[in-house]
Amino acid sequence: MNETIIKTLSVTLGVCLLCSLFVSFTAVSLRDQQNINKLNDKRIKILEAANIYDESMSVEDQFKNLEIRFLDFDTGETYKEYKDFDIDKYDQLQSLRFSDQSKPVPADKDIAIIKNRENIGKIYFSTKDNEIDKLILPIRGYGLWGTLYGYIAIENDFNTVVGIEFYEHKETPGLGGEVDNPNWKNIWVGKEIYQSGDVKLQVIKGAVDKNMNDSKYMVDGLSGATLTSRGVSNMIEYWFSDSGYLKLLENFDYES
Amino acid sequence: MSLKQYREVLVNPLIKENPITLQILGICSALAVTSNLNVTLIMCIALTSVVSLSNLFISIIRNYIPSSVRIIVQMTIIATLVILVDELLKAYDYETSKKLSVFVGLIITNCIVMGRAEAFAMKEKPFVSFLDGLGNGIGYSLILIGVAFIRELFGAGTLFGIPIFGDWYPTNNLLLLPPSSFIIIGLFIWLIRGYNNDQIEEDDFDLSKHSVAPNLNKKELNV
Repeated sequence: MNETIIKTLSVTLGVCLLCSLFVSFTAVSLRDQQNINKLNDKRIKILEAANIYDESMSVEDQFKNLEIRFLDFDTGETYKEYKDFDIDKYDQLQSLRFSDQSKPVPADKDIAIIKNRENIGKIYFSTKDNEIDKLILPIRGYGLWGTLYGYIAIENDFNTVVGIEFYEHKETPGLGGEVDNPNWKNIWVGKEIYQSGDVKLQVIKGAVDKNMNDSKYMVDGLSGATLTSRGVSNMIEYWFSDSGYLKLLENFDYES
Repeated sequence: MSLKQYREVLVNPLIKENPITLQILGICSALAVTSNLNVTLIMCIALTSVVSLSNLFISIIRNYIPSSVRIIVQMTIIATLVILVDELLKAYDYETSKKLSVFVGLIITNCIVMGRAEAFAMKEKPFVSFLDGLGNGIGYSLILIGVAFIRELFGAGTLFGIPIFGDWYPTNNLLLLPPSSFIIIGLFIWLIRGYNNDQIEEDDFDLSKHSVAPNLNKKELNV
């Protein structure tokens, strides 16, 4: 008899137990490899944002050419070494968990809805003839379904955008998910962020009229994804404001 | 079972009883993952392994599954297999797994997998159920690869990402967007049914013969 309560319960329990064993076994045994992939993917996004990624070469080698610095958000100072942090392994998103390593963002300033901001960030840059060439900054902010994590790269005038990439987001495929669309990302190239000291760059609704005066401060909105577009706009505004990278950009001297 | 019957179980779902073109199941992923052959191939392998293995395991325990909870038990087994596939993809083909995003997870709700489990694996022996799953998976794959071939070649002008037509070919958005798969699958169905007449379904109802109204004059119509 298959239909007794005891039998039903024992069969379902048995199946569930076996299945969960399988799932947890694979999840645990594959975790290392998956983390390597995720790290690699992040590194590719960093290189792609700066438009210096070469598919034919190993990611690790190309990444070694980049300089990495710790950044104190409150002072805008950068450091090669900071306390006992390992610069290759330091993950600023992990430090959000600790109250001594991060601070809540005041509600009126939290336009990108990130809630907490790390005290110590991490920035990347490429150099050319001992001069800084491109600066790559991590950004994040809330879209529609969740936080978008990405990088924006700027020229050494600290104003012109080189590229933008997102490595993790939960936006709707085909609508907000179009933040990954190469055509859209290309629109960002050459746009300018600041106009007389204020963050002017924003994602507008609809398409940008190229003949307009301020078109270099505007990026086409994603159709069907108003909230994602607004989220990206807010992200730019927040991270290039005083509580973001403004202090860094005002007096960045990479030799120090 | 004889060898011939085994062969029939494996070969029938390819064209004759194809899950997509005859039963019109599993259309969702056929629309979503067919704009690029690389992604399509991985999806086909994922679905084929899930449907054949789920058939195998469900068939092994079929005599112990109480019929009141059979769907849940089937779902648990299918979901486990799908998670395994998803984890493996994340570990060994991260790029494709990002492109497939939710669609690997959606194999759980793919009607082909559930359909084969319920209609075949619950009644038949393990090995033949495995073959049935394999056949259905390959049948699904044939259609998907066909659709992806047309969409990628005439949509983007590439195959497996390699340019075929060269720079003069403009990308064709009609084919790159999901609705084109509907049209292509429709054409496939037309083609297969044109060749294989016994797939044509009977009309749901009979139309009565065309009739002509009698010639009435104005007086008879009371106007």
